[in-house]
Amino acid sequence: MGSTLIEKIVARNIGADQVKPGQIVTVNVDRVMIHDIFIPFVADKFEEMGFTSLWDPDKVVLIYDHLIPTSAVEDVRHFKIGDAFAEKYGLKNVHRSDGICHQLMTEAGYAKPGNIVFGTDSHTTTYGCVGCFSSGIGYTEMASILGTGQLWIRVPETIKVVVNGTLPDNVTAKDVILRLIGDLRSDGATYKVLELSGSAVDAMSVASRMTISNMAIEAGAKACLFRPDEKTCEYSRVNMEDVDWLYPDEDADYCRVMEYRAEDLVPVLACPSQVDNIKPVTEVEGTELDQVFIGSCTNGRLEDLAVAAGILKGHTTACKLIVTPASRKIYMEAIKAGYMETLAKAGAIITQPGCGLCCGRAGGILTDGEKVLATNNRNFLGRMGTSKVGIYLGSPATAATSAITGKITVPKGIQGN
Amino acid sequence: MNKFTGKVWVLGDDIDTDIIIPTDYLALPTIEDMKQYGFSPLRPELASRIQEGDIIVAGKNFGCGSSREQAPEIIKALKVACVIAKSYARIFFRNSINNGLLLIENDQIQDVVKEGDMLTVQMGEYLQLGDRTFPIASLPDNLMDIINAGGLVKAMQRRNGIETED
Amino acid sequence: MGMTIGEKIIARAAGVEEVKPNDIHTITLDRMMSNDGTTHLTVDMFNNDLKNPHIADPDKVVFIMDHNVPSNSPKTAEAHKKMRNFAREQGIRLYEGQGVCHQIMMEDYVCPGEMIFGADSHTTSYGALGAFGTGVGCTDFLYAMTTGTSWVMVPETIRFNLHGKLREGVFPRDLILTIIGDIGANGATYKIMEFGGDGAHALSVNDRMVLCNLTVEAGAKAGIVEPDEKVVEYCKEHGREAVHMFRSDEDAHFAAVYEYDLDQIEPVVVRPDFVDNFATLKEVEPEKIAIDQAFVGSCNNGRVEDLRAAADVVRGKKISPKVRFLVAPASQAVYIEALKEGIITDLMEAGAMIMNANCSVCWGSCQGVIGENEVLISTGTRNFKGRSGAPSSKVYLASAATCAASALAGYITGADSVK
Repeated sequence: MGSTLIEKIVARNIGADQVKPGQIVTVNVDRVMIHDIFIPFVADKFEEMGFTSLWDPDKVVLIYDHLIPTSAVEDVRHFKIGDAFAEKYGLKNVHRSDGICHQLMTEAGYAKPGNIVFGTDSHTTTYGCVGCFSSGIGYTEMASILGTGQLWIRVPETIKVVVNGTLPDNVTAKDVILRLIGDLRSDGATYKVLELSGSAVDAMSVASRMTISNMAIEAGAKACLFRPDEKTCEYSRVNMEDVDWLYPDEDADYCRVMEYRAEDLVPVLACPSQVDNIKPVTEVEGTELDQVFIGSCTNGRLEDLAVAAGILKGHTTACKLIVTPASRKIYMEAIKAGYMETLAKAGAIITQPGCGLCCGRAGGILTDGEKVLATNNRNFLGRMGTSKVGIYLGSPATAATSAITGKITVPKGIQGN
Repeated sequence: MNKFTGKVWVLGDDIDTDIIIPTDYLALPTIEDMKQYGFSPLRPELASRIQEGDIIVAGKNFGCGSSREQAPEIIKALKVACVIAKSYARIFFRNSINNGLLLIENDQIQDVVKEGDMLTVQMGEYLQLGDRTFPIASLPDNLMDIINAGGLVKAMQRRNGIETED
Repeated sequence: MGMTIGEKIIARAAGVEEVKPNDIHTITLDRMMSNDGTTHLTVDMFNNDLKNPHIADPDKVVFIMDHNVPSNSPKTAEAHKKMRNFAREQGIRLYEGQGVCHQIMMEDYVCPGEMIFGADSHTTSYGALGAFGTGVGCTDFLYAMTTGTSWVMVPETIRFNLHGKLREGVFPRDLILTIIGDIGANGATYKIMEFGGDGAHALSVNDRMVLCNLTVEAGAKAGIVEPDEKVVEYCKEHGREAVHMFRSDEDAHFAAVYEYDLDQIEPVVVRPDFVDNFATLKEVEPEKIAIDQAFVGSCNNGRVEDLRAAADVVRGKKISPKVRFLVAPASQAVYIEALKEGIITDLMEAGAMIMNANCSVCWGSCQGVIGENEVLISTGTRNFKGRSGAPSSKVYLASAATCAASALAGYITGADSVK
């Protein structure tokens, strides 16, 4: 019997020929990510556990993104603690205002194909876009990894998801993952790995795959993996020979196989207030909006801003539009490409790269009775203000189109994903 | 505490981490500062009404969403004896174990229990409501090791040769 | 007896030939501006305290959301909703997140000779175009909005004759902070600060705005620069016509006259917690005061000249890892201009965070808030205790160039020392 992607990564990591789902193993961690919200707790637990040094400072990345820019007096406490921790333990990889942690981890090359990476954030599943086994953990476990470099895991089962064909115009990776979550439901992949393949997936950019791996956690997945290809290698700056071992065997064992015809997919939205409450955009078209948000680790990348700029060019928004690029690098590339000028002329409120509205602390908080269409990953009750805010999650194309009309609107005008 | 009885609070499916503790309060300095906001988007009154030893009964996928460990810590700080749910999201599950919050899986009690009922838990064996009982499983060994050590912090302290008072 | 510029504007607004200081007149307003700092309170009074209220002329009223944009709490969102709905119901033009109110007013509305009320103290800015702009509270604003009129006691005028040019590396901000340091925070209380002389005319309209904007920090009712061709040109560029170009008469009466040689002005660093707590950069620099945050932006210093001055200092360098450097363009137009010029990219390369166009750190309640005992160097309008965050924090005021240089160094220093 062959192995799935996750089984290959884990087996290689622990030096075994093969591992099987259900097996409990201790893995050697290649990299960890801690963000600003949790660093005080990680630092506390680390010292409480009695550690006096990091297992490997180079393998630790500290990123300030949830509290950038600050919105309350207490926020800077997290930076002070983070800076002091970095100073004390020789931690060099500190990003103080470069963008959202998940974007930076692959963009800056911290998470590479075949790696095992843990982060103090549920959307750590994102790095699966480059074939990295990455998953979110709490701060206590993070503290223990900082001291030991290891973590126990139960080898997860794998769900194989195949998307073949060509996505129709105006249907994007976001629509694919939302549909998948709708079908799996919010717990359908609990402690399982999603393994994506098929010609539609092969055709996707790394950025689009990132949208999918980012949201896999919304179906409960432990990880979401894509087999690395040439695009991956170029993005991650590795050679194809380095990843030639990283493919699923033909006779690998899957607990479930889900197959989609890309041509059948349509633009969809996650409607209030569960990520698995998926409806075609046509079904809720016309719903009045108070705000549109384009950004986050799910959909704040250059290709997302390109789509938004393409749709908004020459238009003025009919409702508030907030745009938050996912990283400093993306923002600067978008300036170069002219997207930021187009978006600003359309009336977009363009903010500093960071978690922004998605983490619900600032960046466009709403109130009772208001509705927002957003490109991020969660629409939980109260995520962006009061519990009476209606949050719809959709693609940048749907978001930009809807910003022009001020109503939920089926996206038009973009072609060839 | 192998057997205990507590008053039940009933919650639904998919109780996510943002309901358990909204992001807005995560930057408060301590769990004690945060705990009053527990469950506030769904039931603002709940945190102030929960008493020591109470039991939360919920549906499927309890704790889905964020990796915020404040979620189990807050439930623990509210002195909830245990959570009984049909299923748990995985990060929350690990975080709970690591903090010594007792989680029990059962998918039958939800059909019969009402808020305010008194429910008895016999660890690793059954739940008892009036004269009806519902079987529950015990945890795998590696998790019991962490729980028996008193949580992951204590387990690491032991590894690092630090003696602590229990 | 001749009249000053301010007196002439009041006379026109009152429909009389002549006014004298301390006269009280009923005036017709040309424009009224309210921002999200207080509009929700005005709307509440409109709805709850008045019988059959109506807006005298919605075309003369402008609402601008700039203080808490994007919103940081449901409470703010509630205030915004109230403002937005009211604007819709009443047919009032609403700007949301398009820039700081005074910058938008300058770009889109202000004309020389106009009498303008703003529910914000820095409404004095509009004197850069030869208008009489003054800040009022909600109640005054409500009366003005519903009647189109108000009353004003004619202030005395203090004249500032500016001569020559500022030296390189010295900015209009250094000049006005020097003047405030000289006359004190109450040095022009309920007076008009009028600027003229060749030195004033050499300044661009944007530079003049820096002067007029801060006159309220000396207690002034208004700050006005003698309008000239540059004002006509500015209006034309923004699609408006300059009609009422008032100048003070030869025999106008001034409460005081000050002469300033601009080449004598030095870079300034105002110490906490008062705007008149003047010190020169030279005096402060040796203390190497460590900073946690630097800010370039605000209605005082968030225009393309200021962003450019900051970019010129940091280009090709990296800011100190100990400093958070926030830059907020004063408006979308400023942002777009800076984008095209490459200024935004230069600032970002150096490690600056680019904020959306809004009040940002200067308002200090929802963006770039500083923590306990932190030190900020800012181009904002005020350095009052707790202005930008924790009451224990300290705010120093300086030019964009000095703020940018300090962001590189990690302590308060001038552009010359980081070259």
